[in-house]
Amino acid sequence: MSDPRGRNPVVEVERYELDEAPVRPFGLERREFFKLMGAGVAIFLLNDMPTAAQESGGFVRRRPRRGIQGRRFNFGEPLPQNIGAWLHIGETGKVTVYTGKVEVGQNIRTSLTQAVAEELRVGMEAIHMVMGDTARVPFDMGTFGSRTTPTMNLQLRRVAAAARELMVEMAAKRWNVSAARLVASDGKVSDPSSGRSLEYGELARGQEMAQAIVAEDPLRPATEWTVEGKSVPKVNALEFVTGQHHFPADIRRPRMLFGKILRPPAFGATLQSFDASGAAAMPGVVVVREGDFAGVAAPSEPEAERALAALKAEWKLPSGPQPSNQNLFEYLKAHAEPAGHPGEEFGFFGANEERGAVGPALASAAHRLEATYTIAYIAHAPLEPRAAVAEWQDGKLTVWTGTQRPFGVRNQLAEAFHLPEARVRVLMPDMGSAYGGKHTGEAAVEAARLAKAAGRPVKLVWTREEEFTWAYFRPAGVIEIKSGANANGLLTAWEFHNYNSGPSAIRTPYEVPNQRIAFYPTRSPLRQGSYRALAATANHFAREAHMDDVARQVKMDPLEFRLKNLKDERLKAVFQAAAERFGWRERKTTRHRGFGMGGGFEKGGYVATFAEISLERPGGEVRVRRVVTAFDCGAVVNPDGLRNQIVGANIMGLGGALFEAIEFADGKILNNRFSRYRVPRFSDVPEIEVILIDRKDQPSAGAGETPIVGIAPAIRNAILDATGVHLYSLPLVPHGLKA
Amino acid sequence: MQRVRSLTINGQRVAVDAEPATPLLTVLRDQLGLTGTKYGCGEGQCGACTVLLNGFPRRSCQTAVGVAAGKKITTIEGLARNGKLHPLQQAFLDEGALQCGYCTPGMIMTGVAFLRANPHPSEADIRRFMQGNLCRCGTYPRIVAAFRRAAAIKSS
Repeated sequence: MSDPRGRNPVVEVERYELDEAPVRPFGLERREFFKLMGAGVAIFLLNDMPTAAQESGGFVRRRPRRGIQGRRFNFGEPLPQNIGAWLHIGETGKVTVYTGKVEVGQNIRTSLTQAVAEELRVGMEAIHMVMGDTARVPFDMGTFGSRTTPTMNLQLRRVAAAARELMVEMAAKRWNVSAARLVASDGKVSDPSSGRSLEYGELARGQEMAQAIVAEDPLRPATEWTVEGKSVPKVNALEFVTGQHHFPADIRRPRMLFGKILRPPAFGATLQSFDASGAAAMPGVVVVREGDFAGVAAPSEPEAERALAALKAEWKLPSGPQPSNQNLFEYLKAHAEPAGHPGEEFGFFGANEERGAVGPALASAAHRLEATYTIAYIAHAPLEPRAAVAEWQDGKLTVWTGTQRPFGVRNQLAEAFHLPEARVRVLMPDMGSAYGGKHTGEAAVEAARLAKAAGRPVKLVWTREEEFTWAYFRPAGVIEIKSGANANGLLTAWEFHNYNSGPSAIRTPYEVPNQRIAFYPTRSPLRQGSYRALAATANHFAREAHMDDVARQVKMDPLEFRLKNLKDERLKAVFQAAAERFGWRERKTTRHRGFGMGGGFEKGGYVATFAEISLERPGGEVRVRRVVTAFDCGAVVNPDGLRNQIVGANIMGLGGALFEAIEFADGKILNNRFSRYRVPRFSDVPEIEVILIDRKDQPSAGAGETPIVGIAPAIRNAILDATGVHLYSLPLVPHGLKA
Repeated sequence: MQRVRSLTINGQRVAVDAEPATPLLTVLRDQLGLTGTKYGCGEGQCGACTVLLNGFPRRSCQTAVGVAAGKKITTIEGLARNGKLHPLQQAFLDEGALQCGYCTPGMIMTGVAFLRANPHPSEADIRRFMQGNLCRCGTYPRIVAAFRRAAAIKSS
């Protein structure tokens, strides 16, 4: 795992935020296709690449409106190689949609179903989504970066629109009438002038037709949506409330064994001696050792645990002092690399910035302020830990596992076992959440190693302690800000230096003529990677905390100060909407009750969050009483699902804001379980109100991440409001407020 | 100690074969395929593995199967009666009280026992009782709403 410049082998943060490209071959063999699918009609959406379309046999760019202009291909021809998404309409009218995106609790199985229903004009219940099965879905980089709604939602709407047009064409042909007079609705094509109609299933009957399109069909604008834009319940919710859904950890295979991995006592330890004789003598136990990797597989979990305990291993610990959370921030600064060039891109969303002359502007500013902010490592702690079931058959490897990147894990497995990717299949059942924490395939590779040695399928479910220790963390960081403002409360200078935390949302949305913004990668002492909203949380925390402090310095109301320094109308609108609902102007601050705000822009979404906090007594625990979040992510696809995400993001963000922090020393995680690592519980939850600003004139942006960025600065500024205490660290008050 | 050979689960007597110290969770999931009961932490901190023993909520990761033997065990799979969901299951659907859904069975099993003992809980009662159940997706407010909805239905 290296960053785009190849300088930092442990930062996995931004590389996953690249766009959907590159296009890769589609794994399904043509011959298997209709055998697998049954008869019917299949529509493949080609990524819009004219060259590839020509090379793959002259697939005609489908000019929309009426008339089948896409090319049908017959048996004997290769399937096109640059497919973005595809769907199949079967003889019963069942619609099966194939996408590489995966469901991790963000509810895209539902929102993507809405997209297909909208354009295909069928009921949601007729649609089944196949997600994240590398043998059946087109290549996809992964589910992260809030990219599903802006990209896959659009692709599926296009493929559904093309399928609908094809249904109309087929009906027109059958009736020998002009397609222009036919109407598609409710899963059928009707001819209003004659009263005839044909269901999609009837049209598909007996067909073995596949059509590839480069879709340009016009899509229904958001203002005319009938399925999208509406609150619909989670499509497979029933399976979850009855315990019928099989998460990755729930997969069972015939003759399956249970695996356990021998973990080193500390990061960087190497295996010096290994005696497996005790474990190997146990009935049914398989022991594997390859270098520093050692593990066991046994017929049951208790037997696997006993076998693991019977392994005798001596480890060599790395020499010399190791950083701990006590000296973390000094360590990060001391090991920083130089910043990149101004304007250098770090992945998709972040960039360094150099504008105007920040030095002179600071020197001549009427008000100057300098502050340093720190951000602790935190853990994703998805309730379902990493899990995988691996099965080898005839030199082919199949792995069911929880990951946001099924194709990435397929690649990891192919490399680990020196297999062509075509011999590896990864399936991703809807999993028990991830929050950016499951981009990697550790458990998949480990289970496959054990399964290979055992010659039987092996299930490996990481323990909570393993998940807290051997996964990766949200990066810790140090952020330094210097600002200058004039006598009228306008920002004139802005210096922002981020060490290690990451460049997402590093740029300020406020208007400042003189800026220097830089990100410095650092040798992270802990394995770190993506996390919901990445560094946007840290950068917003520091920036929005600083904004409140400058507002105090220039003696302005924090809301007025922000609005005065903002031009972006959408960002202003969320601040104003949240302020009004929150009752910002009517607030009554006391020594025990404070009010604050934080907001910004990231990944196409605009957010403002206001918080009210209370202190039971000076120095006591901070309680968040009330939160109001206004969010604008363009045209809203599923308001109920979106509210669920926004409330959840606030609650998750509350943990990182108030108390979550990984403690470590000597290469060990010290708080690697829920009894030692506090996460938000029922009692921590404030009253939360959500305001959706539904911009039907704007494209829909993803929404799983950005709503998390406002809560931490809002709480911080509310504490400041009540107590006058300026806090500069995340978490803010892990042990209560020391006033 | 004698191995445990049978359990009473969801009204049925089923054969198992386990040492009495084996966690009930392991037997449910691995021997009986009742995977609706989830592993989350292994230390009774998250509630994902909650089942009912004689109607009382118990963390099955912390309960030896020997203790469960001879008692009535109810898991999420046994909650619906004659194809009709328990009111709390239905309330979770009606309130959309899940995101990834991994905590859902444990939330519902804890809630079923709680509502039986407290048919008219206040919001504060619910929060206090449910403090030991984690939802990392932060669906807590909807879970509280689902409890209140189920309570209202049961008492009407």
